[in-house]
Amino acid sequence: MYRYDTYDQTLVDERVAQFRDQMARHLAGRLPEEEFRPLRLQNGLYIQKHAPMLRIAIPYGMLSSTQLRALGEITRRYDRGYGHFTTRQNLQLNWPALEDVPEILADLAKVQMHAIQTSGNCIRNTTSDQFAGIAKDEVEDPRPWCELIRQWSTLHPEFAFLPRKFKIAVSGAAEDRAAIQVHDIGLRLWHDSDGSLKVKVLAGGGLGRTPMIGDVVREDLPWQHLLTYLEACVRVYNQFGRRDNKFKARIKILVKALGIEEFRRRVDAEWAHLKDGPQTLTQEAVDAAREHFVEPERGDVSEQATAAFEALRAENRAFARFVTNNVTDHKVPGYKAVTLSLKRREHAPGDVTADQMDAVADLAERYSFGELRVTHEQNLVLSDVPVDQLEALWQELESLGMANPTVGTLNDIICCPGGDYCGLANAVSIPIAQALQERFEDLDFLYDLGPIDLNISGCMNACGHHHVGHIGILGVDKKGEEYYQISVGGNATDDASLGKILGPSFYREDVPGVIDKVLKVYVEQRHDDERFLDTYRRIGLKPFKERVYA
Amino acid sequence: MPDTQLEHAQTLIKLGQPEQDEWALSRIDDKLPERRPVIVPLALWQASDADPQLAPWLPSDTVIDDELAATLAKAPLVAIDFPAFTDGRGYSLARLLRERYGYQGEVRAIGDVLVDQLFYMSRCGFDALALREDQHLDDALRALGAFSVSYQPGVDSQEALFERRLREANGG
Repeated sequence: MYRYDTYDQTLVDERVAQFRDQMARHLAGRLPEEEFRPLRLQNGLYIQKHAPMLRIAIPYGMLSSTQLRALGEITRRYDRGYGHFTTRQNLQLNWPALEDVPEILADLAKVQMHAIQTSGNCIRNTTSDQFAGIAKDEVEDPRPWCELIRQWSTLHPEFAFLPRKFKIAVSGAAEDRAAIQVHDIGLRLWHDSDGSLKVKVLAGGGLGRTPMIGDVVREDLPWQHLLTYLEACVRVYNQFGRRDNKFKARIKILVKALGIEEFRRRVDAEWAHLKDGPQTLTQEAVDAAREHFVEPERGDVSEQATAAFEALRAENRAFARFVTNNVTDHKVPGYKAVTLSLKRREHAPGDVTADQMDAVADLAERYSFGELRVTHEQNLVLSDVPVDQLEALWQELESLGMANPTVGTLNDIICCPGGDYCGLANAVSIPIAQALQERFEDLDFLYDLGPIDLNISGCMNACGHHHVGHIGILGVDKKGEEYYQISVGGNATDDASLGKILGPSFYREDVPGVIDKVLKVYVEQRHDDERFLDTYRRIGLKPFKERVYA
Repeated sequence: MPDTQLEHAQTLIKLGQPEQDEWALSRIDDKLPERRPVIVPLALWQASDADPQLAPWLPSDTVIDDELAATLAKAPLVAIDFPAFTDGRGYSLARLLRERYGYQGEVRAIGDVLVDQLFYMSRCGFDALALREDQHLDDALRALGAFSVSYQPGVDSQEALFERRLREANGG
């Protein structure tokens, strides 16, 4: 993974010093809250319901065991011994003290981490495919490109005060696992018929109050121009994005207002001046970025070992369940990627304790070259596990409570922190997730249902990506009471779609019953192995609506 | 017009150093003040005769095109207004003036100019920073030097860090 050189280190160290100075001026009364606010947000610091919240950047989800251990230590020293992994592959601390934050940032800098631009109206952490570099269907490893974007966007002098936040996601595989169609800019790396690398650029996707699928700005941008083209896109947004209404300030509103043709025309007009300029990428520059993501020294896995693994899978039902659901094929035969489930009833989805962080760091070192990834579904991945070590890893994960064989099922719920923590939330979301996990815990039932994304957000800001859940749940506030609006038919992958709302919202205690009815309609109406999403697309909203409001 | 309607920068940082400021600033749209030198709204400046003691300020929603840039080339200084410190359009305007149109005169930030924007402003080509009156000069000078390294090229340096690394690795 990417390792800092002295320049990167100097920059994060100077950032810590800068924030220390800003915090001191704030505490001394020389920097009023309204002026301090954007500065602290761009260092990941929110003031929340019960306490401040600190969002730590995990660039494109890549984390080393050393970093994870340091995160665990930070949660012990400055927080309550746990952290929350988010849908944007970051980690949030729920209970830091305001005045400790400069110290936390200094501790992060010691392990090449920071909280730069994890919030605020600026370019946020670039997200990507959790199987980057190892996926069988990969065309181009997105991580070097993500790193080039990370550096370009970090402390970009022109784009620190955009109309609103700005999120970029990058995918380099046949299947989109980075939800690029619902980002401000989505990038897809692909090869044309000559084998040269091109970038498809989408703009104007996003969730939140006005969910939209991104439009294609450019189908085949030559890779050399990635940074100058991004600069042109963001400059057009900076100049023309709305600033009079915070709810209409995202780039998606601009793209829709201008129309994609006019937006493209403006970007191209801007780009004409930037093209071939100082940030044009060269083969040498890309190769230098790629050097940080070389293949680990994977040993050979014997055919015997593979056979033994298959045999165990055939005879041990529990192991087979784990492999089917939580283990992903690897581009290298004999290796697998293992998803560690952070979804269990005892904890909020995405929550990990400090002790678990230590234990997972050990596992990463023993089983997967000391690296791990955070997924946008709020799980962790060990990306390079030899098949002959899967059984041992599985048993260790069992004892850690991270082997729930439910990845990709209804139980693998994406969920924001909601009203229990978040100052923006209209309603709680974690208790909804827990109630659903309790109601639908029978494995055979979950497997029979097949792949279902159930996503929960506690407000329309949509941190839980409810619009793109096959089933989405949104907390709403009506005259001080919590209600839940349920939608079906959303999808975040290649054929992305936004869910449609069933109808009037429900009381919290009715939500599991309503979901049960939705599932029953699916089970009754599906054809053979048809997925939930496909059944919905075939039969439409009506049968679900009729059952739920009968 | 009485002088009370004119603004004077109490603290101007020019090329990284505090400087005594000669220029007054008028935000009155329809009347040219008597005082010289003075910075006036763009339209008023465009409508006036050439006068080296007059300079324009641009609102943040200005769209700079070739025609406007050609006119501005004659101005002794161009000020760009920050109506609120959260309005980031002025950063793009400054870069366009400098990088696209090669404007050589002073580019001055006016309005809601706060300590913690100065580093970015200077990277975007502002060489004169008219601090909002309640800002502390020592904080400002410290903030200007907050970073010794940047990833991106800017008006201050045409080289991205990735290019610099390659150059240094190649012994350049």
